[in-house]
Amino acid sequence: MNLLVRGSAIVPDGRAPAPPLIAVREVDKVYGSGEEAVRALDRVSFDIHEGELVAIMGPSGSGKSTMMNLLGALDVPTTGSISINGNDIGKLSRDALADLRNRSIGFVFQQFNLLPRTTALRQVMLPLAYARPRPADPELQARTRLEQVGLGHRLCHHPQQLSGGQQQRVAIARALVNNPELLLADEPTGALDSKTSADIMGLLRELNGQGITVVVVTHDADVARYARRRILFGDGAIVEDARLEA
Amino acid sequence: MTALDCLRAAVAAIATNFLRTVLTTLGIIIGVGSVIVMMAVGAGARSEVERQIANLGSNLLVVNPSARLFGGRSSGAGSNLPLSEDDVKAIETKVPGVQAISGQLWASATVVFGNANFWTRIWGVHASYLFARSWSVESGRDLTEQDVAGARRVALVGLTVAKKLFGDNDPVGEVFRIRNVPFTVIGTLTPKGQTSFGHDHDDAIFVPMTTARTQLIGKHPLVPDQVGSISVKFQEGADLLDAQEEIEQVLRQSRRVPPGDDDTFVVGNPIESMKARTAAQTTLGWLLAATAAISLIVGGIGIMNIMLVSVTERTREIGLRMAVGARRLDIMLQFLIEATTLCVLGGLIGVVLGVAAAFVTAGIAEWPILIPPQTILLALAAAAAVGILFGFLPARRAALLSPIEALRSE
Repeated sequence: MNLLVRGSAIVPDGRAPAPPLIAVREVDKVYGSGEEAVRALDRVSFDIHEGELVAIMGPSGSGKSTMMNLLGALDVPTTGSISINGNDIGKLSRDALADLRNRSIGFVFQQFNLLPRTTALRQVMLPLAYARPRPADPELQARTRLEQVGLGHRLCHHPQQLSGGQQQRVAIARALVNNPELLLADEPTGALDSKTSADIMGLLRELNGQGITVVVVTHDADVARYARRRILFGDGAIVEDARLEA
Repeated sequence: MTALDCLRAAVAAIATNFLRTVLTTLGIIIGVGSVIVMMAVGAGARSEVERQIANLGSNLLVVNPSARLFGGRSSGAGSNLPLSEDDVKAIETKVPGVQAISGQLWASATVVFGNANFWTRIWGVHASYLFARSWSVESGRDLTEQDVAGARRVALVGLTVAKKLFGDNDPVGEVFRIRNVPFTVIGTLTPKGQTSFGHDHDDAIFVPMTTARTQLIGKHPLVPDQVGSISVKFQEGADLLDAQEEIEQVLRQSRRVPPGDDDTFVVGNPIESMKARTAAQTTLGWLLAATAAISLIVGGIGIMNIMLVSVTERTREIGLRMAVGARRLDIMLQFLIEATTLCVLGGLIGVVLGVAAAFVTAGIAEWPILIPPQTILLALAAAAAVGILFGFLPARRAALLSPIEALRSE
């Protein structure tokens, strides 16, 4: 499974079945050690394929946040394997994980996590500053992404000059700027009112329609309704994995 | 992340807390300022000694009559009987290693040429004066033994006097008047510039000793053949301490100083006294070096402290940067560059204050100062080094943060 690279596996009958973008296999995640060890994930396995729109749900303490950290290559499993785009993250160094995040994953956070006193354009250019090799025209790419999320007229605004919904759009543009395979959103509407939440979820769904894989971690059933698949966590394991009618 | 990105981030971070930043860099400002003053004073002292050696030669001793004591009270320098031609003869014949010797007797007078007149100092000297003082004629000729023996009315003029009296014309051969006595210019002197006290060496006229005594100064009632002070030039490599003792013995004899009495003269070494004078500057230099070192260390600790605070305040930003792909080295460099920028900024302020302080010191203490450009570069390099050294720990702490915990922090 480790050798799978997107689009490279050819089966004898000539068709190329899509290998999963993310393959989670028998993953345990244990925090601490000995008596005080906490098992946050217990033998979790699932696949996410390219183009999916997945909601990961569950009450707090269910392991969904831990799962999100692993899917985002921010952390590595205690045992088992997670491969993202063919890379087994347990076998990568810290710097290789950073490069993988930079190339393949875009993050959207509940609190937006924008830099203070920095223009929208510079916020979106931030991931490009860490890209290897450096892109030719980072400013143009950032501008294009801001226009894509409907903020073409707010390029030089600072976060404090933008509404919550606009700030989250800047964050989404920043997540998209490196053309990642996966957009990982952690409670993306947690700090927004219901109207703005609907706008943001609509935008994520629209982006998914354009081909990008989206994983949303949320405890909000309304938000989860936008997904085409719902994975429900409980007590460190998958309780339900259901396809939804779009 | 490129260095430019890092620099932009650093400037933004510094601008956010401008007052805090300036206060933090106070140690660096003082440290760098001290470095500048220290180097300026040290370089000034060295160049002054070198210039004096170049001006006077390194083997010169000067004899003056000393102050006479009346009941323990000094009646002023030179109040003992003047030195005489006999004293010159005695030194010339009895002290070994003498290369050149000359008396020097002076008076201030107005000199007139045509419509031009000028107040200057007239020196009566012997024929070997210029050689003894490591000086030379620029055009014309030097004084000769015949000029002195014949008390001829001839003069050597310094550059300043030549300019004032004769303008740009070659004065050699011209006749001018000193106190209404006509003198013929036989030569002009090479320029020597200012003394360390701001006195102009070139503002002077030299005439034969005999002429000065008879025509300009008048005879001393007790010592008709007075010569003022005496310059003695020794051969290269001579031991000036020995020479000084020899001169003292010879003069005690020739001036008949009773055994046990104090000398009625002083033998001075202008280069040594110049060195002694600049020793104070050197001492201050060391003191400033210590101040600079301590300030830079304290300043560095201040920088380390503020950078640790900054890393804590910006933990979430660090987490975000890691999430979007910053490697550990990227984070490390960002904070190192920020610390260094902070220090160099403080260093620049320190350079400005240091240069100002150096000029103020020079004005108050009347010390020569010199600020070579490499001094400023060195001071800034010291500041940058402090930034890198003391920024390392906070930068490392930032780079080793776990991305999850950094993102989760409030």
